[in-house]
Amino acid sequence: MNAWFADPTTLLLGAITGLVFGFLLQKGGVTNFGVIVNQFRLKDFTVLKVMMTAIIVGGLGIYAMRLIGMDVPLHIKGAALLANGLGGVIFGIGMVILGYCPGTAVAAIGSGSRHAIIGVLGMLVGAGVYAELYPWLNANILAVGSIGKVTIPEQIHVSPFVLLVPMLIGAIVILPRLGKNTSTPTRA
Amino acid sequence: MTHNPIKKLLKEPRWSPYLVGVLLGVLSWITFATMNKALGTSTTMVHAAGGIERLVAPEHVSNEPYFVKYLGTTAEPKPMIEWQFMLVIFLAIGAFVAAKLSGKIKPEHVPDLWEQRFGPSKGLRYAAAFVGGMILIIGARMAGGCTSGHGLSGGMQLSTSGWIFMGAMFAGGLPTAALLYAGRRTKGGAS
Repeated sequence: MNAWFADPTTLLLGAITGLVFGFLLQKGGVTNFGVIVNQFRLKDFTVLKVMMTAIIVGGLGIYAMRLIGMDVPLHIKGAALLANGLGGVIFGIGMVILGYCPGTAVAAIGSGSRHAIIGVLGMLVGAGVYAELYPWLNANILAVGSIGKVTIPEQIHVSPFVLLVPMLIGAIVILPRLGKNTSTPTRA
Repeated sequence: MTHNPIKKLLKEPRWSPYLVGVLLGVLSWITFATMNKALGTSTTMVHAAGGIERLVAPEHVSNEPYFVKYLGTTAEPKPMIEWQFMLVIFLAIGAFVAAKLSGKIKPEHVPDLWEQRFGPSKGLRYAAAFVGGMILIIGARMAGGCTSGHGLSGGMQLSTSGWIFMGAMFAGGLPTAALLYAGRRTKGGAS
């Protein structure tokens, strides 16, 4: 197998997906440092609005396609309570210091952020550091509270729509009441 | 002169977060249904870091179990550049196109909010960005994903791991933001 490139079709599909994804992130304002940091200061709810809308629309569509019998496999990541929780906390700390998450940092490079370039370099070094830590983490942290590739509706034995439909209604009621877009509007 | 509404929309600097959210949801339908893929980004940092390390120290990478998981061994390598790697590269290009359509792209070295709080030093901002990036990716790889893989893709599939991650991300981020931005502005940053 080739050590460098997957097949051309896969590469092309990835490129198209990334192009659209990056375009949307920029138009959504989440390639803006101030928008991301102000979400965590609870002064701007753009990030939450984009994410919750994407989650609800995405979830309704994916589960609806499965409901009508289309072959749409899920891609569930394993749940490990300690690793997901501790990793998430560490991630949140880093995200506020950097002012971007990995995807928005790379996108922000395209829309002019120079410090995001340094942030991505930090990520590459961090990935190398993580690989060195991995044997220890794997033995001591990663398996704690591991419950496999599960979803919340499976665990509580309900249809996914029992969760998604109330989420949709809740989002329609709550999201527009949260904050006004207060961050600097148009910069990188 | 009639204005094409699509053209007008493409030139708008900022779209409604709901419109962007809906379109990201639809993009996910397409990747799930036609590519058998879920949006994600942080695995690519492992591919990139491991791929670069592999150039200088192939034996070391081949013996590092975490890199072996993603990149295989020297005898049986897996491709460094695959679907998600291309996605990540083109994230920057997509954002560039989006920004370009709505005007001139202005390089940002120190964001306004940062400058108001920590002053105009580029060095300080770059150092924080580097350290923040390192911390964030260590967290992402421990958790098994980031805002896109766990947040968007995990969230929409209602995966248990994704929702734990998102709760934890705010549990880490909210107090960090409160601490970092607690004081008022320092040395004469522009507002």
